[in-house]
Amino acid sequence: MSAEPIIEVKGLRSQFGTHVVHEDLDMTVRRGEVHGIVGGSGSGKSVLVNTILGLRKPDAGEIYFDGQAMSEMSARDRAVLERRWGVLFQGSALFSSLSVRENIMAPLREHIDMPVSLMAEIADLKLGMSGLGPEAATKMPSELSGGMKKRVGIARALALDPDVLFLDEPTAGLDPVGASKFDEMINELRETLGLTVIMITHDVDSLYAICDRISVIAEKKVIVTAPIEELVEFDHPWVQDYFAGPRGRAARSG
Amino acid sequence: MARHAQEQEELAGLSIEAEDGLCVVRPRGDWTVEQIGRFDRPLRKLARDEDAASIVIDVSALDRLDTAGAYLLGRTLGPGRELEESRVRGEHRTARRLIEETREAFQDCPSTHEARRGPVAVFASIGQALESFVLDAVDTFDFFGRTVATAGRTLVQPWRLRWTATVSVMETAGVNALPIVAVLAFFIGAVVAYMGADLLQTFGVSVFTVELVGVAVLREFGVLITAIMLAGRSDSAFTASIGSMKMQQEIDAMRVLGLDPFEVLVLPRVIACVLMAPLLTFAAMLSGLFGGMVVSWGVLDISPNFFIDRLQSSISWEHFFVGISKAPVFGMIIAVIGCHQGMKVGGDVESLGERTTASVVHAIFAVIVVDALFAMLYLELGI
Ligand SMILES: Nc1ncnc2c1ncn2[C@@H]1O[C@H](COP(=O)(O)OP(=O)(O)OP(=O)(O)O)[C@@H](O)[C@H]1O
Ligand SMILES: [Mg+2]
Repeated sequence: MSAEPIIEVKGLRSQFGTHVVHEDLDMTVRRGEVHGIVGGSGSGKSVLVNTILGLRKPDAGEIYFDGQAMSEMSARDRAVLERRWGVLFQGSALFSSLSVRENIMAPLREHIDMPVSLMAEIADLKLGMSGLGPEAATKMPSELSGGMKKRVGIARALALDPDVLFLDEPTAGLDPVGASKFDEMINELRETLGLTVIMITHDVDSLYAICDRISVIAEKKVIVTAPIEELVEFDHPWVQDYFAGPRGRAARSG
Repeated sequence: MARHAQEQEELAGLSIEAEDGLCVVRPRGDWTVEQIGRFDRPLRKLARDEDAASIVIDVSALDRLDTAGAYLLGRTLGPGRELEESRVRGEHRTARRLIEETREAFQDCPSTHEARRGPVAVFASIGQALESFVLDAVDTFDFFGRTVATAGRTLVQPWRLRWTATVSVMETAGVNALPIVAVLAFFIGAVVAYMGADLLQTFGVSVFTVELVGVAVLREFGVLITAIMLAGRSDSAFTASIGSMKMQQEIDAMRVLGLDPFEVLVLPRVIACVLMAPLLTFAAMLSGLFGGMVVSWGVLDISPNFFIDRLQSSISWEHFFVGISKAPVFGMIIAVIGCHQGMKVGGDVESLGERTTASVVHAIFAVIVVDALFAMLYLELGI
């Protein structure tokens, strides 16, 4: 794996009114790595990812993608860039008026010139990769369970075979079998496609199974970025509570 | 565009050759999701024409490959999950693995049901629409009954009424609608006076314009304008707000918390509408009469003094009471239909839009039908 950075966040400040979520936050994601982001509820993980995605303007600081400042990119460059991204939102954010298959086809329809029948087949393929049965394809999002929605969200994020995948709690709401299948799939894709993954998660098993490096958000900053083995030794009360707590211990020994 | 196509040409390619009884497929360059669209048709044709077992893929000229490209290559090798060693030739870092994986992950999903066509389908959809209309109407009565039952219970235990919610709806649905209702009624009053003046002048009895305006505005237009405005403004808002609460499972959350949605959401809206509709109607009547008066003054030289005198002497109070008596009924109909449609919203955004439309259409329809019933009733009663 190369150590070359693909995404750099420098001096980021985010605030809502007087409520400061990030203050002078720095983070670097390397190309080809699976980068975990952990932190307490409300510590600003989703806000950070939304800011990297350009859905929120940073109140201060800059995001660099491949060394290029995002705020200075032209709209066209951004559009090209965004095509190389796949995103799974925390709430799945499926289009409720489209069926599952059409949801997965939506990015293909928008960006790719190919016959509709092939699009549908690729959608079915992604559905299979995300671990959903064939009967789900024609369902509407309102007919799905929470975990199934998450899987469709993953399938949609993968639709364009992105270079960079942003996942906001991909395994939350998945059964343990599904969650470890998901871990396998991410590993597989990283090895075969050289995918870069930025993943917010509360799932300690996932951290052990697939994350190369993990950033911990606390006190409005990334307090540390390190592989899991180093992280468990890191001297910070929150990190210690996180990995030394009963769940952390179980995952470590397992 | 042409240049773009050329660029693509250089990035990826495909050749198909026959070699010793085998059909060798040679993909070249980047087989990524952006590039493979144009290879779909030749490969589909190949898979159809040739015996699947005789097709072999040579991946040595491939550059980048992603899951979409791997799927397309895998599909060409025919159905099935297993992949024999000999079917994929050549050296490539990931191709074999990706092709195997995509063949494993792909599953034949049922296709979307095509909508039926033809005359039978037309009749079927007409029948369905009619049936759903009737069922909706029956359902609305059911909903109305439950609202009345809730209202009855609240009458016995008045402290259970949500005063804050009720007053807030009275403000948004009632007070805030006042300007628009008044302006509309003013114009309607003016138009009636104008038309009447034109017609009655030819008979030389233009003073009767006062009676015309008085009766029309007091009996019908004041209350109808109010009802239609309420249906357009508040009824749709009720449906949308209750509907999105339904979509977010807020209504379910209320139920399990022991809150009765009828008590919390429906009753305040119904009470607010029943109370505000007569007040708005009264304002509409005043404004409509004023509109008629202004036009009479301008066109017919009927002075405001004379207009008011004549109004008092020749228009009986009955007309006013007929008009105002309909207002609370219309208010109730509108609120009940709006809330009912909101409660029927399903899980998706589309149904929210559908229900909001249906709610306005049903409300205006019901108001006009009930108005006709009132007209017949009062005619029989001789009022
Ligand atoms: N639109 C918003 N308006 C105001 N404050 C917001 C908004 N979005 C997020 N916040 C605040 O920003 C903080 C971080 O929120 P964020 O959604 O990033 O949390 P998170 O780390 O993703 O938590 P979780 O693990 O629960 O998903 C929270 O304190 C939240 O109150
Ligand atoms: Mg979050």
